[in-house]
This record gives sequence, structure tokens and C-alpha cells, in this order.
Amino acid sequence: MGMTMTQKILAAHAGLPSVTAGQLIRAKVDLVLGNDITAPVAIKEFEKAGIESVFDREKIVLVMDHFTPNKDIKAAEQCKVVRGFAKKHAITNFFDVGKVGVEHALLPELGLVKPGDLVIGADSHTCTYGALAAFSTGVGSTDMAAGMATGTCWLKVPTAIRFILTGKLKPWVSGKDVILHIIGKIGVDGALYQSMEFTGEGLKSMTMEDRLCMANMAIEAGAKNGVFEYDEQTAAYAAGHGCKDWTVYKADADADYTATYEIDLSAIHPTVSLPHLPDNAKPVSELGEIKIDQVVIGSCTNGRMEDLRAAAKLFEGRQVHEGVRCIVIPATQKIMLQAMEEGLVKIFIDAGCAVSTPTCGPCLGGHMGILASGERAVATTNRNFVGRMGHTESEVYLSSPAVAAASAIAGRLVSPETVLGGNA
Amino acid sequence: MNATGTAIKYGDNIDTDVIIPARYLTTTDPKELASHCMEDIDRDFAARVRPGDIMVGGTNFGCGSSREHAPIAIKESGISCVIAATFARIFYRNAINIGLPIVECAEASAKIQAGDRVSVDFDTGVITNETRNETYQGEPFPPFIQGIISAGGLMNAIKNGML
Ligand code: SF4
Repeated sequence: MGMTMTQKILAAHAGLPSVTAGQLIRAKVDLVLGNDITAPVAIKEFEKAGIESVFDREKIVLVMDHFTPNKDIKAAEQCKVVRGFAKKHAITNFFDVGKVGVEHALLPELGLVKPGDLVIGADSHTCTYGALAAFSTGVGSTDMAAGMATGTCWLKVPTAIRFILTGKLKPWVSGKDVILHIIGKIGVDGALYQSMEFTGEGLKSMTMEDRLCMANMAIEAGAKNGVFEYDEQTAAYAAGHGCKDWTVYKADADADYTATYEIDLSAIHPTVSLPHLPDNAKPVSELGEIKIDQVVIGSCTNGRMEDLRAAAKLFEGRQVHEGVRCIVIPATQKIMLQAMEEGLVKIFIDAGCAVSTPTCGPCLGGHMGILASGERAVATTNRNFVGRMGHTESEVYLSSPAVAAASAIAGRLVSPETVLGGNA
Repeated sequence: MNATGTAIKYGDNIDTDVIIPARYLTTTDPKELASHCMEDIDRDFAARVRPGDIMVGGTNFGCGSSREHAPIAIKESGISCVIAATFARIFYRNAINIGLPIVECAEASAKIQAGDRVSVDFDTGVITNETRNETYQGEPFPPFIQGIISAGGLMNAIKNGML
């Protein structure tokens, strides 16, 4: 029996000629990630176990992005623990305020993940790097501690679902609409314990940003990982971000999949996920009048350059609707700087948006944009669970940056065409 | 190894944001985390839960964020075992890694009602509902995972040289 892309990467990292679904393996990891929420728990476990040194100080990445710039004293104390640990073990990839970006935007930008790598991170959206044809998955803090100590991780080899993408995206439709559509189709546990493997000629029309956004949300279908087939775009991205010596793993022709879906990209419309689960997806055109109070554009899902450019195209020469607060959060310092150079920040501010330094902030209801009871937000983030962005009686609608910007302008959930057509 | 207690029941897709909301993630103190466990969907859980109680969920229990604070909060609140039809995978591994017993069993998840007296045998995976005189066969752990649990969690297994 042949192997899937994921199984190939896992076998190589376990030092085995082949693996089969369900097998428990111990694999070498290329990178271990943690943030200001999960790393303190991992550090506690690491120290409690009396371990003295990390397996490789260059293969651990610590990103202070969730409650930073420190939102309160407790958050400050947590960062202090991580800062102390980073110093003690001379961790090279420690990112603090001023250098920090939202972790899953930052790591690819810095070329820390290359195709074929095996990455674990104490953050569920670590699955983002599957866009680069790597295996990456979210784990817990104890796994992170064990990974920092041994450079290995125990894993169960997953089965896979294959998504064959065909056709081409319509204007104003992005990877976000595609992944919301897919999650709506298969459900929040539709890929539980499985890999989501994306392939097909439709990939050609999908930018790396589209892919990062889609792989990011694999966890929202319960998947262990989401991975995109390696192509010229993957190669160009890796080379352009300073990666060297990577390995390409392709699925065997006779690899086994529990299901195969054909997704015609040209049939996908601007899509949103209604509260309170990401699989509650509907095309925007089918929604009635849904008035909104806040819009958040940013996060590890949609805080990249292409996302900001899409939003800026809508905001240019238009205003945020009265009564709506719109917060734009470029995901990294580099993106912030580029957005300034391209004049996007000016467009946002002229339109009446608040522009923030990189942070997870409101995405997890942390700070910088918490919702009151009864308030409704459109967000380019990835989760709309009860209370995710604030009060348990607030609501989050997940969308692409274009839909979010259009909605900010219209004061209600609308598709970009509505605003561009002038009937907002 | 066994657990016996009263069932506390929830539905499908119980996510880690409701198990422990992000606003409390500025601490790693298990007691403080436990005091806010489940509060967004079950306001008096922390006051009501008794040591040994068994939490029962539907499908995809523990979905969402990778926060280990979620199984830590459940464990510290005194819950002796979580039974669910299916678990989200990061929650599943976190529970194993910190030594919170969990059992996957669709039948038990459907048939156990809140307040039922339930006991679980972890070696065999058999779940007994004493209130309804029923037994359900859950999925026992494979030996590798049983090893991590018997060692008292992943870090102990590493220290013992098991991994
Ligand atoms: S932006 Fe949101 S989903 Fe992404 S890492 Fe931060 S909190 Fe998690």
C-alpha cells in the first residue's frame, strides 16, 4: 500500500521505510514552537522533570504574541518566565515585542519552516505550515516540553482525506472562502484524527497566502494536519524566504484515502461562518440583513500582505460605517512596514479604522477589541465559539478580509460586490 | 485502574474556549484554572463538582485551541474520567500526557444521563452504569499509551527512559 504525503514525511522522520495508518511512532522534530500562553506551562513541566538542557537551541521558537504588548500584570509575568528561559538556554528564535508577529505568520516569513519538515507547536494552528508541503501539527504544552527535551514527539499515523481542487477562484473569492466552504461541507469533526491533503490543478491559481490560510483552518475540521502538494510556488516561496536543502515528499499513486472530494474553485462564492461553529458556513448572498458592531482584520489566518491589500482596495475612498469599529492588525512587523510603504495604513486610517501593532489580541478574546454582550463582529480569524471574542452573548462571523472590509463599510454583512457596485 | 463517580453531562463539540476561556489563560495555576472550568456554559460547575465525578461529552470533545489548561482545569476540579463519543485530537493527547483518564465510547456517551452513577475500568475499557444496570464497551488504550499513563504522564515516561 502506498503512502500519503503526510505518511511519507512521518516515515522519514521516524527513520522507517514505511508507516501505516494507526501506527504509533516516535518521530524526530525539526522545530518546536510555543507562545506566551503555552510555553510557561511547558517550561514548568520541563523544569519539574529536572531536565537541564534543550535538545537544540536553534530549533526552538518562542513567540510572545497572544497577550502582548502585555495586557496586564499576569500576562507580563508569563512573558517574563519565557524570556528568562530563552536567556538561560540561549534560544536563538525568541521573539518579543518589537520583533514579534503572530506566530504562524512569522515562522514562514522568517523561513523557519521548509518543505518536508516536521514541526510541532503548542498552538493548535501550527497546522498552518502544511501550506509549505511540511507536516506540522498542534500539540499541548507537555508535548512541547518533551519536544524541547528530546527533539522527538510521539504521533499516531493518520489516515487522510484528499481534496482535489479544480477550476479557478472568482474575483473577490479567496482561500478563506474555500476553507469555510469545505469545513461547512465536512463539519467541525469531518477530518478528526486525519490529514487533509490538497492537490489538483486548481492549486495553480492559489497563492501561498491562500494556502497558508486554508492549512491554518484544517484544525477547524478536527484534522491533525492540512498539507498542500509541493509545486513551483512552494519552491519559489521557500527559496525566496531563505530556506535551503529541503526534501519533497509526494503521495504515492496508490496511497489510501478515506474520502476524496473534488472542489470546483470557480463555484465558490464569498462565504461566512455564522456563530458559534466554523462549520456553520453559508454564502454571504444567502444571508439576510445582519447588522454588525465590530470588524477585525488580522490574525494568523488573514493578517498577511495580500489580506491587507484586499481590504485596502475596498476601503480606498470609502468610510467605515457609523457605529462600526474596525480594527486592522497586520500580522508581523514586516507586514506592518510594507503596509505603510504601500500606503495601506493611510487608507485604513483615512477610512476610520484603528491599526494595531501585531498581536493575537481580539482573536482569542485576549485584549484590544473585546465584545460586549449582544455585540456582533465580523472577523477574519478562525474561530467563532461561544465567548471567543468576549462576552458569551456576543457573536463572531468568520469571513475573508474582503467580506470583512465590505461589511465594515456597509455596517452589515455584505459581499464585496455590494460595496463596489455602489449600493451599500 | 478504576474510576467511579456521578455523571455530569454535556453535548457535542465542547471546545476548549468553554472548558477554560482565554481570559483566564494569564495563569498556569491549576486551582485558579479549575475555579473557572466550564463557567461559560455551566456557571456553577466549579461549585457543584465532587471529587470523582465523571464528565460525559458527545462528539469532538475538547475541540479548538491546544491549551493544556483545559484538561488541567478538568483534572484539578476533581473529575476522575472524561467519557466522550469522540475526542478532538490535541485534547486527547494532552489528557494522556498529563494523566487525565479519558475513554472513547459512543454508546456510553449516548446512554449515560446526568446524575447516573458510573464506573470505568481503564484496563478493559468497560464502563458500568450502576443507575441503569448497563455496561458499555469503551476503547482501551494501546500498550504504548497505557505505558505513558502508568508512568504518570509523558515527562515521567521520558525521565524513566521509557521514551
Ligand atoms: S491569531 Fe488567533 S488563532 Fe492565530 S495564533 Fe493568535 S490567537 Fe491563535
